[in-house]
Amino acid sequence: MKEDKPKIPRRDFLKTFTEKVPKLAMAISVLAAADFLTAQENGAYNPEEHNYGMGIDIHKCIGCGRCADACKNENDVPREHNFFRTWVERYVVPVEGEAIVDSPNGGIDGFPESKTEAEVLRTYFVPKLCNHCTNAPCVQVCPVGATFVSRDGVVLVDEGYCVGCRYCIQACPYGARYLHPEKHTADKCTFCYHRITKGLSPACVEVCPTSARIFGEVGLRSSPLRRFARANDTVVLKPWLNTKPKVYYAGADGEVR
Amino acid sequence: METVIATASGVLAGATGYIYPNEFELQWGLLIVIYPYLTGLVAGAFILASLERVFKVRELLPVYRLSLLTALAFLFIAPLPLLGHLGHPERALEMFLTPHPKSAMAMFGFVYAWYLMVVLLLEIWFDYRKDIVVMSQEKTGPIKYVYKILTLGITDISPKALEFDDKIGKFITIIGIPSAFLLHGYVGFIFGSIKANPWWSSVLMPIVFLFSAIVSGIALMLLVYMITTLFRWKEMSMKCLNRLAEFLLYAMLIDFSLEMLDFIQRLYESEESIAILSDMISSRLFISLIISQLLIGSLMPMIGIIVARFTRMPDEMKRMIYFIAAILVQVGIFSTRWNVVIGGQLFSKSLRGLTVYKMELFGLEGLFVGIILLVAPLFILYVLTKLLPPWVDKKPKGAVVDGGSYR
Repeated sequence: MKEDKPKIPRRDFLKTFTEKVPKLAMAISVLAAADFLTAQENGAYNPEEHNYGMGIDIHKCIGCGRCADACKNENDVPREHNFFRTWVERYVVPVEGEAIVDSPNGGIDGFPESKTEAEVLRTYFVPKLCNHCTNAPCVQVCPVGATFVSRDGVVLVDEGYCVGCRYCIQACPYGARYLHPEKHTADKCTFCYHRITKGLSPACVEVCPTSARIFGEVGLRSSPLRRFARANDTVVLKPWLNTKPKVYYAGADGEVR
Repeated sequence: METVIATASGVLAGATGYIYPNEFELQWGLLIVIYPYLTGLVAGAFILASLERVFKVRELLPVYRLSLLTALAFLFIAPLPLLGHLGHPERALEMFLTPHPKSAMAMFGFVYAWYLMVVLLLEIWFDYRKDIVVMSQEKTGPIKYVYKILTLGITDISPKALEFDDKIGKFITIIGIPSAFLLHGYVGFIFGSIKANPWWSSVLMPIVFLFSAIVSGIALMLLVYMITTLFRWKEMSMKCLNRLAEFLLYAMLIDFSLEMLDFIQRLYESEESIAILSDMISSRLFISLIISQLLIGSLMPMIGIIVARFTRMPDEMKRMIYFIAAILVQVGIFSTRWNVVIGGQLFSKSLRGLTVYKMELFGLEGLFVGIILLVAPLFILYVLTKLLPPWVDKKPKGAVVDGGSYR
């Protein structure tokens, strides 16, 4: 019966099996993940497949200014009060007369109590940012082509090429651009391009506590932006200028411009 | 509109209403005011010169060459304010090397180069060629070699060659007139094509720029002619002065009418921007637009010229009035440039507020640099007149100068 005895004792076999196989599985999965990640970096992101836009739900915005703050942190926007890639405006619409609008420090520090004596009809907050226009007037006027619409529909500035003539700042109807005080080049919202090309949301969208900002694909049926556009009556800012903005506002009335 | 003292929101004293946060700082300052002012003088002086050359207004012969040299002197300086205000002046050449064809501003380099190289330098060279050749033979010392270089090795001054010079010169002037229109009309287009800005966006902008350029150029030549003649102890040609004043008046009438048309059209259409623009005119721009541009810079000199030109009064008095009128016109045209460039940035594109422009004294975009840029062309002009004397004090052969009224 001695011959019947297995060459590897059962106990040893089980011991080896439980030790080695998980290690192997681990190694394979690590390799596969690494492979997947490098594939992502090596051009698996195809800009032609995207066309980004943003929806803003004014009913949801509480004016906390976290978006403007997060944007400054994420993108090294100067902390001074006159440089913003995104900011929040407060509208106080009286029953009669002009609306009163303000945006102290872009809304980052919150809003002081409104001191209007007029009877107030309604108030609301409006986050603003670059509209990433399809017919971007800033792109049209740039004398060297340093600002351009990327293949994924984002208006970007090549800061290594911008001559700092500021014509684009003049041409933007939305006040979305500024001259960076240290780089001396035009600067603006990029939809956090470094994040969105990795599948992440822009910083302002990420931090918004009420999901008032909806980022996504303009052309994709399953995109949250499409759902937002289906479910709401949206408008774009200054449509008569034919800039074809890609930031869509739900709940903005005629006062917003 | 409720006034929000902006310091309360931590931004800028003097701003009223609501301004987009990125708008507090004006992007284009004094230098960009000076740029269209200088190019306007270039275009105006050249168009004046072409009146003599192409349209044969013989009374203007005393200022013909002087106008060409003045245009050249101002054209040399014209791109400097543009260069000075760039965030990265070292990248300026990119506008030439990799221009963006859809950008109005990218075309500046080409319009400028065309005007400088093809029009002004060529015309002046053909016009002065005979003088240059003569001086390269007669002068002594190092200056002789300067003239030798300027001849470009061509020393033929036979009547046939001179006739050719004359023909070519005339041809270049004919090309030069649309080029001068292009140069300054184009500067107007840079502003007029910005649809985001209701103060700028106007199809009339290039035309208004053009006529104001002609106004400023003629007024400048009046001043330059009077001052240079005075300092050379020569007699001024009253016929020339009268003609200059007439043309100045006609150009001013057209310019004034166009601007009024623009103003009335805006007021009548009364688009959504009208409230904030009216606010701006009655507060921020009151002195520079109503007082300086309209009253002092347009109405007063026009009335002065009409009175001096078309009533009987001693020549001394006429000269005095022309001189003062020409100075006032310069003040007026500079104000026009100021009101376009600075005015277009004083109101928010939200159409809800006004900001303020604080000019710095020192620094690249400051007052002192501005003054240097405005005075520098006059020094260049001085050097040019030494090198290529434009003076017509004696009756040159073949040309009827002033009907013999040099007294």
